[in-house]
Amino acid sequence: MLYFSRWKAAGVLAVALLVMLCAVPNFFPDKVVESWPKWAQRHLVLGLDLQGGSHILLEVDSNAVRREKVENLRDDVRRVLRDARIGYVGLTARGDTVEVRIREGADATQALTKLRELSQPLGGLLGNTGQRSVDVSDQGNGVIRLTVTQAAMTERIRQSVEQSIQIIERRVNELGTVEPSIQRQGVDRILVQVPGLQDPSRLKALLGTTAKLTFRLVDMNNSAAEAAQSGRVPPDDELLYEGRGGQRTPILVEKRIMVSGEDLTDAQPGFDSRTSEPIVSFRFNTTGGRRFAQVTQENVGRPFAIVLDNEVISAPVIREPILGGSGQISGNFTVQSANDLAILLRAGALPAPLTIIEERTVGPGLGQDSIERGKLAAYLGGGLVIVFMFATYGLFGLFANIAVMVNVAMIFGVLSLLNATLTLPGIAGIVLTVGIAVDSNVLIYERIREEVRAGRSAIMAIDAGFSRALATILDSNVTTFIAAAVLFFIGTGAVRGFAVTLGIGILTTLFTAFTLTRLIVAVWVRARRPQTVPM
Amino acid sequence: MRLLRIVPDDTNFDFIRFRRISFPISGVLSIVAILLYFFHGLNFGIDFRGGTLMEVQAKSGTAELAQMRQTLAGLELGEFQLQQFGSPADVLIRIAQQPGGDEAQQAAVRKVRESLGDSVDYRRVEVVGPRVSGELLAMGTIGIFFAILGILIYLWFRFEWQFALGAMIANMHDIVLTIGFMSITQVDFDLTSIAALLTILGYSLNDTVVIYDRIREMLRRYKKMPMEELLNHSINSTLSRSVITHVTVSLALFALLIYGGQAIHSFTAVMMFGVVLVGTYTSIFIASPILLYLGVGQTRREAEAEAASSRATPPAKAKA
Repeated sequence: MLYFSRWKAAGVLAVALLVMLCAVPNFFPDKVVESWPKWAQRHLVLGLDLQGGSHILLEVDSNAVRREKVENLRDDVRRVLRDARIGYVGLTARGDTVEVRIREGADATQALTKLRELSQPLGGLLGNTGQRSVDVSDQGNGVIRLTVTQAAMTERIRQSVEQSIQIIERRVNELGTVEPSIQRQGVDRILVQVPGLQDPSRLKALLGTTAKLTFRLVDMNNSAAEAAQSGRVPPDDELLYEGRGGQRTPILVEKRIMVSGEDLTDAQPGFDSRTSEPIVSFRFNTTGGRRFAQVTQENVGRPFAIVLDNEVISAPVIREPILGGSGQISGNFTVQSANDLAILLRAGALPAPLTIIEERTVGPGLGQDSIERGKLAAYLGGGLVIVFMFATYGLFGLFANIAVMVNVAMIFGVLSLLNATLTLPGIAGIVLTVGIAVDSNVLIYERIREEVRAGRSAIMAIDAGFSRALATILDSNVTTFIAAAVLFFIGTGAVRGFAVTLGIGILTTLFTAFTLTRLIVAVWVRARRPQTVPM
Repeated sequence: MRLLRIVPDDTNFDFIRFRRISFPISGVLSIVAILLYFFHGLNFGIDFRGGTLMEVQAKSGTAELAQMRQTLAGLELGEFQLQQFGSPADVLIRIAQQPGGDEAQQAAVRKVRESLGDSVDYRRVEVVGPRVSGELLAMGTIGIFFAILGILIYLWFRFEWQFALGAMIANMHDIVLTIGFMSITQVDFDLTSIAALLTILGYSLNDTVVIYDRIREMLRRYKKMPMEELLNHSINSTLSRSVITHVTVSLALFALLIYGGQAIHSFTAVMMFGVVLVGTYTSIFIASPILLYLGVGQTRREAEAEAASSRATPPAKAKA
């Protein structure tokens, strides 16, 4: 147990040194590290709880996605039947299905064929699974039922999440924060992590707004106030409100959309040249511009509403046709809200509303405090343990202390190599690893003491102590490692940080116990040829 | 230099006989812990119950608790708690889950931010919606289950099944008592508590495995030694290690308890109890003696009895 070939000794030292060297970039400021070659740049990332920041878990409103998908199908059915000049009654959308009754029994077969064309194979050219997007069935009596298949729904939700992620990325990047991270989680969730924000309200507002912008004509033939009071809204209209907070005026807006936000190519915050109020100016693409020109030409003198997420931002009167394909929105903006609206319009509308279902924000002050406290805890814990080990085992305690320090340095090395995130619970994991690492030494030393008491010579006792204790160390560490692994797989965020450092700590502990401590003791034995074990 | 020696060499305590006291005590304590869990309950943190937690620091240096309480009471947020911790400026605000889904939780945070305004620094804000909290709880429970299962399977491979079973009983005992402790002290039961429970599992097993390892070694070496004596010997010879290790772990935990801060306070408090008090006690007084009842070394004892009766002499008692 105590013999090391020259090569093996060199190997052990080389591994320990290399791993420890990996921790070096953490001691230099980011600016310096950036100038190093790529492979040398790997370093620890501070978790949001240490550097401050927001962790926001969003959920795509999959019910809205479902609803929209079915409503689209209903509109398609209407279009198909109208185009084929087939008379129908009772077109309804409910749950995942659309039902329609064909008026003339003779048309039923033709209607069925036409409607079947709405069902498309899923998965495109490559991943053709044989599944289709819609099940079309004849219910008899001229009733045709179309059901959106489960696979099509799942696919649609997946697409919505993907799209949402892209849009969120564009929005968050506009905030100008460093290294935001946006990841998909599970089926319909998105995790947004943004470090270093003082107040996440603005971020949350940007994430929580769908930003569906529409330009629609205002209905002047009916009274909005009356509709608001009686609750009777004309079938082609929608009752919306203008102005947030206190004063909310009802406005009857046509359901028909003139131009929507999808036709915008650009949006910029600015100031009105006359009133110097903050405004958002925008530009349409060609189709949008043409349509806008046409509608404004036909409706000079009528007001139109600019609607954002079912809220009327403003309803100006069309004074003259707007032909240039650009315009501006004014509506009680502050500089910031004009800026935010421009960001939202540029990034595009979310395919479905997002809800914040979990938020964890740590202010930068607390993060800094936590780092300080974590350091203190580590120094105090480490110091106490080192003193205690030295008091208990003397010279061997010193060996153990060297091994523990190398161990901790190696943990930082491995964490850097993995670009791992260090959290406050992660620091706790490291402090606890010190306990485990010391335990491996205690196991060895106690075993050596026992062997000495059993009457063995010093060298024999040390040899036997190592070989017997190592099996125990392996067994006892594997159990803790299993617990850490489970924590890693079930844990999120901070808890996962704990699992990572604990797990890595166990591995480095095994390495140091099996090689480094043994090597140090072996070198000492060879140099001193001890007759007694000094502990 | 005289070295520190906490446990003298060659101790010879009769730990196994103590099982007549330790088993009933543990039994009673476990039942009390279970009753506590059901009738006193755990102080579920927002991770599992949903709701809002805000850590604020008064900019003036001293938080006016009474005034803050009044301000928040006016917001009609339902149940809320204010708690001072650390310096007089630091206050924890806990707001129960708001009826009305995820949006309502965010609205509550907005209201608090508006009413407290700039008088405080918002150091930490955590909002957990109703669905997420349910999932986190389920995940935690599943996690503990799988950890126990995984460890059992490992022990089963490395030892005989009796050891795995003994370790599992010891494990359950640890978890039940720790949950009882959390119920009495009403520390926040949150995700970090699950982490603490799992770590306690690992540590306590670590301890148990060290003694089991010794028992296995002794079983191979001393084929004739009576089981009780063998167990006692194993525990005594690893006693010094158990004590020293736990002193070092508690030193490390002690540092975390003092400087770890609010965020991991419940974690360290639970760890301190679980690892230092229960874990050590369990491996010595529960995990080891229980092997007697699980039939470890059974076949050998039968052979022993046979040999004794054929010789018709009373078996020699090596040590009292």
